[in-house]
Amino acid sequence: MDIMFFSSAIEFGVIFLFGCVGEILTEKSGHLNLGIPGIMCMGAAGGCFGAKLYLMPTDNPNGFVTILMAILFAMLFAAALGAVYAFLTVSLRMNQNVTGLACTIFGVGFTSFFLNTIVLTEGVSTKLSYAGQNFFNAALPGAESTGWFGTIFLDHGTLVYLAIIIAVLAALMLRYTKIGLNLRAVGESPATADAVGINVTRYKYSFIILGAAIAGLGGLCCIMDFNLGNVDANVSQTIQGIGWLSIALVIFTMWKPALAIVGSIVFGALYILSSRITMISFEQIQLLNLIPFIVTVIVLIATSMIGHRETQPPASLGLSYFREDR
Amino acid sequence: MEEINALELKNISKYFGTVAANEGISFSLKRGEILALLGENGSGKTTLMNMISGIYYPDEGQILVNGQEVVIRSPKDAFAHQIGMVHQHFKLIDIFTAAQNIVLGVERRSIRGINEEVKEIAERYGFDLDPKKKIYDMSVSEKQTVEIVKVLYRGADILILDEPTAVLTPQETEKLFSIMRAMKENGKSIIIITHKLHEVMEISDRVAVLRKGRYIGCVNTAESSEMELTEMMVGQKVTLNIERPETKFDRPLLEIRDLCIKNDMGSRAIEDLSFFIRGGEILGVAGIAGCGQRELCEAIAGLRKVESGGIYHEGESIVGLSPKEITHKGIAMSFIPEDRLGMGLAPSLSITDNMMLKNYQDRMPAVEESGESAEAPDADLAVQTEEPGAAPAGHMEEPDADSAAQKKNGCKVFLRRAGDRIGRFLNRYCGFVDRKRARQQAEQIIQELDIVTPSTETPVRRLSGGNLQKVLLGREILIQPNVLITAYPVRGLDINSSYLIYDILNREKKGGTGILFIGEDLDVMLALCDKIMVLCHGRLMGVVHAEKTNKEELGLMMAGSLNLMEEKGKQMGIAKDTQIGGDASWNE
Repeated sequence: MDIMFFSSAIEFGVIFLFGCVGEILTEKSGHLNLGIPGIMCMGAAGGCFGAKLYLMPTDNPNGFVTILMAILFAMLFAAALGAVYAFLTVSLRMNQNVTGLACTIFGVGFTSFFLNTIVLTEGVSTKLSYAGQNFFNAALPGAESTGWFGTIFLDHGTLVYLAIIIAVLAALMLRYTKIGLNLRAVGESPATADAVGINVTRYKYSFIILGAAIAGLGGLCCIMDFNLGNVDANVSQTIQGIGWLSIALVIFTMWKPALAIVGSIVFGALYILSSRITMISFEQIQLLNLIPFIVTVIVLIATSMIGHRETQPPASLGLSYFREDR
Repeated sequence: MEEINALELKNISKYFGTVAANEGISFSLKRGEILALLGENGSGKTTLMNMISGIYYPDEGQILVNGQEVVIRSPKDAFAHQIGMVHQHFKLIDIFTAAQNIVLGVERRSIRGINEEVKEIAERYGFDLDPKKKIYDMSVSEKQTVEIVKVLYRGADILILDEPTAVLTPQETEKLFSIMRAMKENGKSIIIITHKLHEVMEISDRVAVLRKGRYIGCVNTAESSEMELTEMMVGQKVTLNIERPETKFDRPLLEIRDLCIKNDMGSRAIEDLSFFIRGGEILGVAGIAGCGQRELCEAIAGLRKVESGGIYHEGESIVGLSPKEITHKGIAMSFIPEDRLGMGLAPSLSITDNMMLKNYQDRMPAVEESGESAEAPDADLAVQTEEPGAAPAGHMEEPDADSAAQKKNGCKVFLRRAGDRIGRFLNRYCGFVDRKRARQQAEQIIQELDIVTPSTETPVRRLSGGNLQKVLLGREILIQPNVLITAYPVRGLDINSSYLIYDILNREKKGGTGILFIGEDLDVMLALCDKIMVLCHGRLMGVVHAEKTNKEELGLMMAGSLNLMEEKGKQMGIAKDTQIGGDASWNE
């Protein structure tokens, strides 16, 4: 096992981290968003589209602006689908699971279509992979000169650090701020939150959309950072798979964004493990790919057997809230 | 100068669909008084208070606070007008600390220093409260304290307490009342919702009465009586006496020995409990909500694993039997949970279907139609076991085919009987259900228990709470149990329906059934039960004769401060003429 393995694990893990933190924020508001895989795909589509908008007319692109445009559009596209989900589940009180699955199906299909027909016109592909290699994967200064430390901690693109910053901020927000307290109250018992004057609907909308926007960055990260800007035909399928694992990761990390940083790197390592081990058969690769799911099941069983009140999902997760319901 | 009312309601109405929950209600709350809002369940008390506290928005009418008309669209608006409500079902976040719950939703910049602030406010009003304690570690009375401090922290001048005493022991209630008096001294105005008359008499200055969503009147407590208030509440003269018919007690039917049960969280729900029920007696179970009553019911009915100890029915152990086998032994349970539907009835199914849920396994013959009742069911069964099917039914026809009328209609009768037989055959051996019999049973209980329903096929969730409870109890009685376990059978019922339920229970008792009555209202239990067993945190505090005890004693036992088991050192809960130990002659 070499140092590159750890480096790749971190780089791959942050894709999970975006999805996971986005889903945690959504679930803390009491909504189980199974649309995360689709929303992450939307982020990928939006990111590529944003980058294209800036890259195509210019001959001498600026790296900072490229990344900014990509992030902006990734969040915008993902938030749009998140807003649809929020409208359906919060305002119309539709079943969250069904709505979420529909969002995933839509997001994955839309992304395939959008990338192939609208984004990937003549010459875009080369520009995107140029941006992916030179902008999104630009290492921090000193990555080369500090040996193994540099390879593991400094040799990553902007999005990797952004993911970790977002996770830390989310953790601090949930733990120490008034907004975090109110958000947790909304997810635990919307009736209680409502009775003390918290605007439940606003919190739900805000955090479902914010969660979706963050998850959308995961899709962008997958294409531009990990895939080095190479948009291949199956990219939406890959992101969908990662999306499901991100939801599993939420359970694995017991709804704690800080734990999600560690958890996502573990998942990243498990996920790329099969491609790093040589001399194994196809069946064995398939089995190795199952490990993250098995670990999730074990964590689920363990936490529910311990049964500690604070490692449980938000009490009102999955339930619609209507103030005048009797 | 004219006195300005703290709160005044003018013509408030609220409709849920086409149902009027409140209609044209007007009354006022003076400054510094305690107003009791009295009414039966479903009379719209909580709905009205929810409108004042911003949970619901009134369809019509005005609310005036301190003489100014206000619009209360959300709980936040209510707080802005210094109105705070303590809900019947506590609105607290289990995994938060007391302090976090108290400051939740308050406009403030950070959540630092909240513990000190909460401690300070609790001390000012004389509450005993640990701000860092998590809600899930708290007792009911502590949770209520948190709720009250939460309202006070928001600077409420008008406090609304929705049935605050329902979950408290008499001693805790007394403590709450003294706090309420102290708050009144401090100039707070309080509305207390309750349907316990003696509490109204004790604490309130004035009483406002609601009946079926309408405002009936307001009286000064000092000038009124329990009788008058009941009349206002019910709308007719009622006798407040519950019968307790004298019966000859049989030998113990159900005996429980050293029973230990765990609850869902894995801790002990019932510890070393021993008691027995005789035929023809009603044994009441008193205790604060959630101190093992539910687990006890479930264990007897075979729904929950018994950790150790024994449950004996007529001397035979029933531990480890399936719920179905226990039902066949004649033990029936009707448990009315807080949401009423949760256990026992399937809400979307009709009365008929709900009857079948419990009784479909029984292979009793269908009720015979007129003219055929002479036929012996045993003979029927014998033939069908030998040669099942429609063909042998024809041979059976011959013995009683001598009647002239039957000869005429012979063909018709033959076909009908053949049809019946096929039907019965299918019911017995092919897993089909007998809807006809179930419908007859449904009609029977509708008639006997006076259930109001459009038809036997109406989904039960459309029935009112009282009728639902009658269906549930009726179904259990129909299988003619010899032990009937009934938990909270009058929960949420109006007075008339409650008395009907008491009558049903007394009728069963006269028929020799042993009844375990798990109740909430001590007054009712003192009047209805023969003996009362008191539980405190799953431990037996003692069994007392209802005639020889009083509420204070029961209250002390419920709180755990009086333990008759320790005091007298005698073997309570074990019958002298026990059937455990191979007394087989009893059954004959």
